[in-house]
Amino acid sequence: MRPMATTASSAFRKLSSKGAPVTHLTSLTIADAREKLAKKEFTALELTEAHLAAMERAKDLNAFITMTGDLARERARESDKRLSAGQGGTLEGIPLGIKDLFCTEGVLTTAASHILDGFTPRYESTVSQKLRDAGSVMLGKLNLDEFAMGSANITSYYGPVKNPWKAKGRDVELVPGGSSGGSASSVAAHLVMGATGTDTGGSIRQPAAFCGIVGVKPTYGRCSRWGVVAFASSLDQAGPMTRTVRDAAIMLRAMAGYDPKDSTSAQLEVPDFEAALGKGVKGLRIGIPKEYRPAGLGPELAALWDKGVEWLKAAGATPVEISLPHTKSALPTYYIVAPAEASSNLARYDGVRFGLRVDGKSLDDMYAKTRAAGFGAEVRRRIMIGTYVLSAGYYDAYYLKAQKVRALINQDFTDAFEKVDAILTPTAPTPAFGIGEKSDDPIAMYLNDVFTVPASLAGIPGASVPAGLSADGLPLGLQVLTRRWDEETLFRVCQVLEDAAQFPLLPAV
Amino acid sequence: MSLDKATVRRIATLSRIEVADADLEVVAGQLSGILNWIEQLKEVDTTDVAPMTGGTDLKLQWRPDVVNDGDKMEKVLANAPDGHDGFFGVPKVVE
Repeated sequence: MRPMATTASSAFRKLSSKGAPVTHLTSLTIADAREKLAKKEFTALELTEAHLAAMERAKDLNAFITMTGDLARERARESDKRLSAGQGGTLEGIPLGIKDLFCTEGVLTTAASHILDGFTPRYESTVSQKLRDAGSVMLGKLNLDEFAMGSANITSYYGPVKNPWKAKGRDVELVPGGSSGGSASSVAAHLVMGATGTDTGGSIRQPAAFCGIVGVKPTYGRCSRWGVVAFASSLDQAGPMTRTVRDAAIMLRAMAGYDPKDSTSAQLEVPDFEAALGKGVKGLRIGIPKEYRPAGLGPELAALWDKGVEWLKAAGATPVEISLPHTKSALPTYYIVAPAEASSNLARYDGVRFGLRVDGKSLDDMYAKTRAAGFGAEVRRRIMIGTYVLSAGYYDAYYLKAQKVRALINQDFTDAFEKVDAILTPTAPTPAFGIGEKSDDPIAMYLNDVFTVPASLAGIPGASVPAGLSADGLPLGLQVLTRRWDEETLFRVCQVLEDAAQFPLLPAV
Repeated sequence: MSLDKATVRRIATLSRIEVADADLEVVAGQLSGILNWIEQLKEVDTTDVAPMTGGTDLKLQWRPDVVNDGDKMEKVLANAPDGHDGFFGVPKVVE
C-alpha cells in the first residue's frame, strides 16, 4: 500500500477519487467541520491539505505573506491523534490564518513592514497560543496594511492584497479593505476557515464588509494584546473573521480571556457566545443613529440599512431613532489619538534589537536612516503627525483636546445605550474600490472608517455582517454595536441579520 | 495651519526619521493637509470634560512587584542585527 498522501496535489487526487469535489472540504463552516471531524468523516490532515491546495490555487490574491504548509501538516497530524483519542479542543483540526501582526514562535512575523525584515519571534502571542491550545491548525501568516495602518491593504511592503470579488462586467482588481485585508480575502475565498484580525479603527469590520464575510471586534480588553505588534494600544483589539456568525462566536470564545501579561485585558469570564445565537431579538430596542446618514451615503447602502431595520423589526425588535451628536468629530479625534500612540509604540524599531538596520555615521544617524528605509510612506506620515501632536507646545491643543472629545464620543454611546440595546449602521460608506483608487489622498482613504472609528474610540464591541450586494454585485455590510462586554447581544442581532439576508457567499476556489 | 520646512525638519529629527531636503516641501504639504483637517476639533466645546485616557472602564490589573521572568538572554538577542557576547552592538557613541 502506498504511503498516505501528504502533498497538496495528491490530496486533490485522493479526494477526487472518492468522488467528492475538491472544493467540498473548503466549503464547510467551522461548525460543520468540527462535527464531521468528530464523526471521522475526514481527517484534520485531509481538511488542512484541501485548504493548502486552495491557497496554492489562489496565490494571485497575495493574501499570505508566509505560508506554513509543513508546520500545518505536522499540527494537523497531532490534531488527528487528539481527535482519535477523543481529546480534541474546541477548534481541533480547524485550519486558520493568522494576521501577520500576531507574533508566532519560530515563524517570520513582519507586520507587513520592511523594518521587521527577518524577525522571527521566540514567543507566541497570547491569542494565537489560545487558538493553538484549542487545537486549530495555522496555515500561514496573512498580509495586512503595514503596521495595520490603512483601509485598503495597499500599504503592505509585501504588495497589495486582492479582493476575490469582482464587480459585474468590470475586470478591475478591487481592494479587500484593510488593514486585515489578507484575513478577509482568504476567508472569503475559502483558503482558510477563519482568520484572526485586529481592529484599531475598523480594520476587522471594514474589510469584512468589502469581502462579504463576518468580522467581530470585541470589547476593548476582551482579547489579550500581548504579542500583537502594537499600533495604538488604547484602541487595538483582536477578533475573529469568518464566513458565518456562528463560526465567529466559536472562534472568539477560543481567543478571548484574561491574560496577566496584558494589564488592560479584562478579568471577566468569557461567555459561551455560541449559546446566545439562537435567542433572537424579540423585545430588543435597536438604535438607528441619524448622524450615520450623511449626504454622501450611497442610496444602495441607505436602502440596505432600511432593509436591515425591517428584518430586525420582523424578528420582534423595536427600532428607535437615536442621536450620537459627536459622530463627525470621531475621525479627526482618531487621527490624533492613534498616530500619537503609534509614534510612541513604533519608537522601538531602531535597528538595534530586531529587524532591519541601515548603517549610519552615528547612533542617531543609524536610527534615522533605518527608520526612513524601513517604514513606508503612510507609517512615516503617521509617526510624524503623532510626534507633532505630542510635542511641547502642541500637546494640549491637539492630544489633550482629542482625549476630551473622545470622552464626549464615549458619552454619546453611554447615553444611547440607556435607550437601546444595540445600534445598527452601515459598516463602510462604499463597497470595495479599485486597487490604486484613493491612494493619493490620505483623508479620502481615512473616510472609509467613518462608521467604524466611533466604536473603537469608545471601546465598545462591533461586528460587520454581509447583508446584501450593490447593483454591480459587490458585498455590502451592516454594522452592529452593543454595550461594553455585551457581545452576546451583538451575536444575537448578527445571527438574525445573517438569517434574513441570505447573503450569497463566494464559492470555494 | 501650514507647516514650514524648518518645522518638518524638527519633527523628522524628533521622530528619528531621515527626510531628504528635497522631500521637505512635499512632506510639509501632506502633514499640513492632515493637520488642517483635524483643526475642526477646535469647534467642539470641551469645557469641564475630563480626558479619556484609555480604552477600558475597568481598573487596571495590579500584580506584586517581583521579578517573574528572565534568564532569556539568548532569546532576547536572537533577532538583533548585531547581537554578540550578550550585547546589542551599536555604532560608537563615545569618542
